[in-house]
Amino acid sequence: MDGKYFHHALKFRKDVCIGCSHCMNVCPTQAIRIRGGKAELKDNFCVDCGKCYRACPVGAIIVEQDDFNQIFRYKQRVALIPSILLAQFPEEVSLTQVSSVLMELGFTHVYEVEHGVEVLKDSMNKHIGEHKESRPLISTFCPAIVRLIQVRFPTLTDNLILLKPALDIAASYYSKMLQDQGHESEDIGIFYITPCAAKIAAVKSPVGQEDSPITGVINMDFIFNKVYTAVKQGFIGKNTCQLPSLDPLKASGVMWPATSGEAAHMAGRTLAIDEISNVIEFLEQLENEENQGIDFLELRACDESCAGGILTSSNRFYTVERMRKRAARADRKEKERNYRYVNPGPIVKYREYLEESIFISKVQPRSMDKLDEDISQAMKKMKRVHELMELLPYVDCGICGSPKCSSLAEDIVQGEAEIIQCIYVQRRMEHQGEMPAKQSLEIMQKIWGREKFEIKDND
Amino acid sequence: MHFEYQIEGGNFTRAGFASSEIKKKLKQLNVDLGIVKRTVVATYEAEVNVVAHAYSGTIYVDFDEEKVVIKLVDEGPGIPDIEKAMTEGFSTASSTVREMGFGAGMGLPNMKKNADDLQVSSEVGKGTTVQITMFFQKPDNDK
Repeated sequence: MDGKYFHHALKFRKDVCIGCSHCMNVCPTQAIRIRGGKAELKDNFCVDCGKCYRACPVGAIIVEQDDFNQIFRYKQRVALIPSILLAQFPEEVSLTQVSSVLMELGFTHVYEVEHGVEVLKDSMNKHIGEHKESRPLISTFCPAIVRLIQVRFPTLTDNLILLKPALDIAASYYSKMLQDQGHESEDIGIFYITPCAAKIAAVKSPVGQEDSPITGVINMDFIFNKVYTAVKQGFIGKNTCQLPSLDPLKASGVMWPATSGEAAHMAGRTLAIDEISNVIEFLEQLENEENQGIDFLELRACDESCAGGILTSSNRFYTVERMRKRAARADRKEKERNYRYVNPGPIVKYREYLEESIFISKVQPRSMDKLDEDISQAMKKMKRVHELMELLPYVDCGICGSPKCSSLAEDIVQGEAEIIQCIYVQRRMEHQGEMPAKQSLEIMQKIWGREKFEIKDND
Repeated sequence: MHFEYQIEGGNFTRAGFASSEIKKKLKQLNVDLGIVKRTVVATYEAEVNVVAHAYSGTIYVDFDEEKVVIKLVDEGPGIPDIEKAMTEGFSTASSTVREMGFGAGMGLPNMKKNADDLQVSSEVGKGTTVQITMFFQKPDNDK
């Protein structure tokens, strides 16, 4: 594979990894191998879904985050929070409490990401109406899904809706608004509190955009612990009186990051699918057949969408229930014509400005399936893969250090593995006297590390 | 490279397996994505046709550096009038099949639209052979 395509927020700590291969077995894109007793990431295969992070029993996979103190490099320090954040806490914790702790931590402004939905929703519907030629159109909300489509379903890159997510719109708005208030742009730092690794990767190397309007990313679990500790200790916040009055989020905004959050507001026939294996199964089928009349597809990598993000702390089902309740309250207040809820908030005054830069450029396919750029080489390699598959057991045991027999075959033709790594092949060779026991032990040690084969004293 | 896949008549739950396998191989060969798309749509359509109309069938797939030839041979009722079956809107699918979303009468014309070359021959009471050929050379505007 040529070059490195993606920035990854997930990092593997070799010093902590015990080479248990749990991560390799759950990876939906077969991006992990075990070599020398440690997990290794194949960068170009990884889509930052975070399944491995959850599977790791020893915490060897970490989500890289920006140093919190970097916020103090800016005079205006904006915390952009998704509606998921408030829903992490029991209901008695209010948005004002959460914001006041954020202010106490050093932020000067707090703004909810989903205000961007007020602008985005209409642009999405307009886009769907104007692009009748490609169906179904696929949301670019979830960065892990965008990457999954690039690497696994490249024929579907043309179906992606090339609009910025609500996060970027909210960031652009807040930055512009502060500039209009007379702040210098270099004094403004916009920090996103993220529920997942994929969003970090998308900020650090955005797909279809030159650069991101977001200055830095802070992990939600870090913020959750800070806020919840303060709440538990009875902190009210000495900055409470200076709190900006937060715009009330409409019900559509509250629910946007949950499953069906987008689909519920798109015209035509829509489907909302969450959890990456479900998405893969569906896209596999979608690639084969003519579209069944679906106009819009909402696809999310995590189960229960962002409520199931790897950096969340609360159980995802409770989170969604709290979001629903909040949305219902917002709906009720809007129906009661509570003027703050009827008013869509100051962001819509910037609609024209935001719509000017709402488009992203075409998302490039980056197929990971291709065996070679050159078709005659690829043909040779494909033949070889086919021959190798005849020798392999189709058990997908992972003892060779590759997740599946087919991954081992592909690794072999790419010169990254050897057929003798297969335990079945070794046993056959041993049986035929072609491989001494010492050699098979050495092979296993090379994959799984020496320690696992040391004879331990059990006295 | 030669591959073969079996198709079971009347079993829609397995329909699409061969198309997925062929798709995977085309991706491995780094074939232009537009060609992958057309190949898969035509093959899937043909595969579903066999499931919908025939008792059983076999798909023979041959890849070389220039093209892939996908030949679907079925044992089934055959098509009495191929020319008529090639016209848009014509369907012999039973109403049960149509209710499942298959057999909307787009079969052969849609295959013809997507395939670089399509050959259909049939013998009533014996079966039908459909041959789809796709060429790999990249479209001119890609060079």
